Amino acid sequence: MSQTLSYDVAHLIGAIVLMAGFTLLYQRRVFAVLNTFAFQAFALAAAAAWQAHVQNAPHLWATAAIALIFKAILVPLALHWLVEKLGIHRAVEPALSIAWTMIVGVALVGLSILLVLPVTANAAALTRESLALAMSVVLLGLLMMITRHNAVTQVVGFMALENGLILAAVSAKGMPLVVEISIAFSVLVAMTLFGIFFFRIRERFDTLDVNSLETWRGEGH
Amino acid sequence: MTPVLLQLLQLLLVVTAAPLVTGWVRLVKARLQARRGPPLLQPYRDLYRLLQKEAIVAPSASWVFRAAPYLTFSAIWLAAMIIPTFSIDLYLIPAADLIALVALLGLARFATALAGMDIGTAFGGLGASREMLIASLAEPAMLMVTFTLSLLSGSTSPAIVAEFVLHGGIGLSVSAGLALVAMILVAIAENGRIPIDNPATHLELTMVHEAMVLEYSGRHLAMMEAAGMVRLTLYIGLIGCLFLPWGIALPGASGLELAGGLAMWAVRTLALSTALAVFETSIAKMRVFRYGDFLGGALLLGLLAAIFHYVSEAV
Repeated sequence: MSQTLSYDVAHLIGAIVLMAGFTLLYQRRVFAVLNTFAFQAFALAAAAAWQAHVQNAPHLWATAAIALIFKAILVPLALHWLVEKLGIHRAVEPALSIAWTMIVGVALVGLSILLVLPVTANAAALTRESLALAMSVVLLGLLMMITRHNAVTQVVGFMALENGLILAAVSAKGMPLVVEISIAFSVLVAMTLFGIFFFRIRERFDTLDVNSLETWRGEGH
Repeated sequence: MTPVLLQLLQLLLVVTAAPLVTGWVRLVKARLQARRGPPLLQPYRDLYRLLQKEAIVAPSASWVFRAAPYLTFSAIWLAAMIIPTFSIDLYLIPAADLIALVALLGLARFATALAGMDIGTAFGGLGASREMLIASLAEPAMLMVTFTLSLLSGSTSPAIVAEFVLHGGIGLSVSAGLALVAMILVAIAENGRIPIDNPATHLELTMVHEAMVLEYSGRHLAMMEAAGMVRLTLYIGLIGCLFLPWGIALPGASGLELAGGLAMWAVRTLALSTALAVFETSIAKMRVFRYGDFLGGALLLGLLAAIFHYVSEAV
């Protein structure tokens, strides 16, 4: 198989992950957000599997399996269950209108490209593209975290950010398996903690809107 | 001599095949919705029936109203002539590029919107204003796609882009993928297909295109309907020739290759129109206030496609 073809397929899968990041910002229903997130994790698993195949690195198969089982299946199912259990308001309430979020998202993609270009001046153009893609996914996850009121969508933003990190990691050669497994488990722990926090926040304030936390931070008032 | 003959063939082919494509989309949609649906050739019968009928024009209508159907139809027909469908060796190909194509489609839209306002009814004005809202977002998105493709292939002519893709010049590029998605979104909006506009409804709250042509009857309506059908075929042909040009006949092709090009064009059209019907069945109509998000998304995708071109090209 030719070198360029393997890179092209990798970039194409990376672009699908990025598109899923934009779709996350575009959704207006909590369940649609969760389904899109599952799709993004699935694309990520495909990216990892492709790299495992191309680099002939068996440990990347483990990464792909972790992404598929935990992030594409378990985490979305758990969040589904939480949303139903807590009876959360199903509509996403963006702090910034959807159109503006998309525009800011494109600006962030531009920013990540500007960042990546000087840093990787000596690297091949091919690495540069995958790094730019992964960086954009990370920034879009951050954007999702700051533009949504609801705690569930913020958690999805966090998970999407982490998807971007894994995407960057699998495109670089030779990341040890220990790192990936520890990341995967820390995400699971985070997920559990978030779940507990959901229950606590809701018990306290009867809503998952994090704005109601602000009066309790002790900043003035 | 051959380019002229091929051009004439394409001229006739696009117009005769357009009602068939529309009929096929309607039939597949009906079957997916568990209806029997109209026969495949119904659009031909509809056009024939409309041409037989008397054209009634409101007393308040000016010449704009009477001229608009012909202007719309001829602009779209001309646009359809400069897109290579089965062969890229057409007589008019060197005369116009993708930017001229956007301009021709814009001219057709302008004529239809003027006609919608000319008659002075509330629906006509409403449809025209909505159509212009869609156009103001879809046109820049279409131009961004054009720019991306011309950055990739070095030309804005659809024939040269097709030839470039055919020889593996673009390959599996992220930019081309993003441009394809943006192009599909624009095509859906421009043809008034489901998330944006429902071609099968006359409900006043949702109609866009139908609201503008509501006052037309007889041969005028036939021209407007035919223009819509040709536009659908044109967009399917455009997506096919820019992104999936395999099998298209090159200059100096033999008769057999031309037949192969025709067959491949038929296959592409069949596949894309079936995909359109499936897509339309699986999605709900969008609120008018969300058009901006949908088409803004197309514009941003076009922009991203151009940005990613620079990353992969290296500085």
